Amino acid sequence: MAQETNNTEKKSQGTGPGTKLLIGEFLNYRRIWLLSFVLTAAFAIIPVIFFAVLDYNLTQRSLENDAEARASRLASNTWRSLAFFLDERKNALNYVVQSNSFEQLENTPQLTEILDFLHESFGGFTDIGIIDATGVQKAYAGPHGLAGRNYKDQQWFKDTMTHGISVSDVFLGFRNVPHISIALRHTTPDNTYFIIRATIEHQLPKILSEVKTSGNGDAFLINARGVLQTPSHYFGNVLEKANIALPLATEQTRTMRITLENRQDLIAAFRHIPDTPFILVVLKSQKEIMSPWHHSQVTLIQYLGISISVVLLWIWAVTTYFVRRLQLLDRKRSKYFHMAEYENKMASIGRLAAGVAHEINNPLAIINEKAGLIKDMAHFKEELKKDTRLLETVDVILASVKRCSRITRQLLSFGRQTQTAPVPLILKSVLDEVLVFLIKEAQLKNIFIDIDVPDDLPQVVGNRGKLQQVLLNIVNNAFAAMPKDGRLSVSAQKTDDPFVRLDIRDSGCGISPENLKHIFEPFFSTKTNQGGTGLGLSITYGLVQELGGRINVESKVNEGTTFIIYLPTTTQKEE
Amino acid sequence: MQILLVDDEKELVSTLAERLGYRGIDAHWAATPNDAISMLSDQNYDIAVLDVQMPDMNGFELKEQMEGICPELKFIFMTGHGSEECYYEGCSHTGEAFYLVKPVEIDSLIEKLNKVMLDGGKR
Repeated sequence: MAQETNNTEKKSQGTGPGTKLLIGEFLNYRRIWLLSFVLTAAFAIIPVIFFAVLDYNLTQRSLENDAEARASRLASNTWRSLAFFLDERKNALNYVVQSNSFEQLENTPQLTEILDFLHESFGGFTDIGIIDATGVQKAYAGPHGLAGRNYKDQQWFKDTMTHGISVSDVFLGFRNVPHISIALRHTTPDNTYFIIRATIEHQLPKILSEVKTSGNGDAFLINARGVLQTPSHYFGNVLEKANIALPLATEQTRTMRITLENRQDLIAAFRHIPDTPFILVVLKSQKEIMSPWHHSQVTLIQYLGISISVVLLWIWAVTTYFVRRLQLLDRKRSKYFHMAEYENKMASIGRLAAGVAHEINNPLAIINEKAGLIKDMAHFKEELKKDTRLLETVDVILASVKRCSRITRQLLSFGRQTQTAPVPLILKSVLDEVLVFLIKEAQLKNIFIDIDVPDDLPQVVGNRGKLQQVLLNIVNNAFAAMPKDGRLSVSAQKTDDPFVRLDIRDSGCGISPENLKHIFEPFFSTKTNQGGTGLGLSITYGLVQELGGRINVESKVNEGTTFIIYLPTTTQKEE
Repeated sequence: MQILLVDDEKELVSTLAERLGYRGIDAHWAATPNDAISMLSDQNYDIAVLDVQMPDMNGFELKEQMEGICPELKFIFMTGHGSEECYYEGCSHTGEAFYLVKPVEIDSLIEKLNKVMLDGGKR
C-alpha cells in the first residue's frame, strides 16, 4: 500500500500559494534555531568573556607592577648592604689617616702593624700603601713590595686627587683572587695631601650570594663598561663582558624588563653605588613571580570554559525545545488547516455532485415518463401491442433511465455532507457510495474487489461525509499500491466491544517497517516528488478519531497492507 | 380519486397525468403554482403531487397556500434533489415516506397515492 494518499490532492500538485508558504515556513526552522541559538549564546557569553579578559589584563598589570616593586625593594636593600660594607672600609682607612701622621704612616713597620690590625678587625685587607701628592708610593705594607712606585699617571690617582676617594674596578690580585682597592685622599693640617690606598679581598660576591639564593633571582655588580664585577647567574663569571644594555644608572633604583636569548623574561632593578664604578643589578625571573598568578588564571579559564559549556548546553537544549515545539505547533496548525481545506473541498464536490444530479434527474424523469407512456400506449392499444420491437426498445430506454437514476442517487447521497451531527449509518451503503467512484479505476487496473459485509452488522454512528472520506482515502491508497492486477478485500465484522471492525486489505507493494511507524504523521510522504503532501493518511487518522474510532495498519513488503478501522456502533451511543 | 400534479416541467406532468389516466386515475396537471391554485377553485381534488423546486414558489410554500384553500387536500412531494435537508423537510410536511425522488416509478407513485387515500398520511 502506498505511504500516502493519492486522492484528489494529487491533482493540485502542491502549487497553490498556501502550499508554497507552508514549505517555506518549514525550511526556516533550521535558520530560526541557528539564529536564536547564536544570538542567545552571544548575549550570554560575550559579557562573561569580556569580564574574564578584563580581569586577566588588570591582574596581570597589577602583578607585573608588584613584581617590579619587589625587585626594586630587593635592589635597594642589597644596595644598602653593599654601601655599608664599602663605607665601613672607607671609615676604617679614614680612621687610620686621622689617627696617624704622615710621618708615622711612612714608617713601614708601623704600616705593617696597621695592616695587620685592619686585617684582623675587618678581614680581607691584603696590602696598604701611602702615596704622596706627586704620586710616589712612600710606604707599602703587603706581599708585593711596591714601595717607590709612581702612580702619577694612573686614572685612580687622578680620580682620588679630584674626588677625594676612589674605588677601583675588580682586578685579579694576590694569589689570583679578585680584589678591589680603595684610595682615600687626606688633607693634613698643614694643607698638604697624601693618599692612603688599601687592597681588599673582593667580599661583595658573598653579600650578593645571599640575595641570589631565592629562586631564579640574580644579583651582581657591573661597571659602566659592562664588565662583570661579581659572578652572575645569567651573564657569566667575574671580569667577563656581560651582554646587557642598561640605561644610565643613577642614585635612584630603576627597573626595566629584559629578555634573555633563551626568551626568558626578567625584571631588572639597578642602582649605581656612589663613589664606585659599580652598578648593582638585581634580576628577578618574571615567570617565577607570575607563576602563582598563572596557576590561578589557568583555574579561572578552566572554570570559565566549564561554565560557558554549561551555558551553551542549556541554550542549546532550550532553543531546541522551543523550536521543536514551534515546529510541532506549526505542523499541527497546518494539519488542521489542510483538514479544513480538505473538508471544504469535499463539501464543494458534494454540492457539485448533488447539483449535477438534480439537473440530470429532471430531464431523466421526463424521459422516464415519455418512455413509460409509449409502453402504456402499447399496452392499452391493440395495434401497438404486436410491435415487439417497439416494446423492447422502450424497455431498454427504461432500463437505461434506471441505471442513470442509480448513479444520480449515489451522487446525491455522496453530496449529503452538510449535516454535522452523528447519525446512524449503514456501513455497506456508505461503502457502495464510495466504491461507485472507484469501480472504473478498478476495472482499468484489473483489480478485483471483494466485499464481505454481513447484513446483520450493527449500524455505525458518525458523519457520512467523514466516513466517506476515510474510506475513499484508504481505497485510493490501496489502488495506488497496486499498479496492475490486484485484489482489494473489504470485510467487516462485529466485535465484543461496541465497535465494528472494518478490514481493508490490498495485495500491493507493502510498506517497510521504518515507514510504517511514521505513516500517520503529517507531512510524511515517500511521494513528495510526485506532488504528494504527506497529509492524506494523517487527515484520515484525524477523521477516524473525530468519528470516535481507531485506525491501525499492518503491512508486509511485497505482500500487501491491511488497514483496520474500528468504528463506534449505535450500541455505544445508547450507552 | 382526483389528483392534481404540479411541476414546472410541463412534459413531465402532462405525460404522468396521461399515464395515470390509462390506469383509471383521474389526474389533472398544472405547470405553475398559480395555475394550480386557480384549478383548486374549479374542482375538488383528493391529492396534490407537488414538485419541491419550482420557480416563483417552492413546493412547501405552495402546499401552505393550497391547504388554506382546500384543507382536506393531501400531498405527495417529488424532487430531483435528494439532499438530506430536503428529505427531512419533505417528510415533516407529508409524513414519513410520501416523498419521491425523480425519476419516479409510476407503480410506486400509485402505491403511495393509494396509501395516502387510505390513511391520509401521517401528519
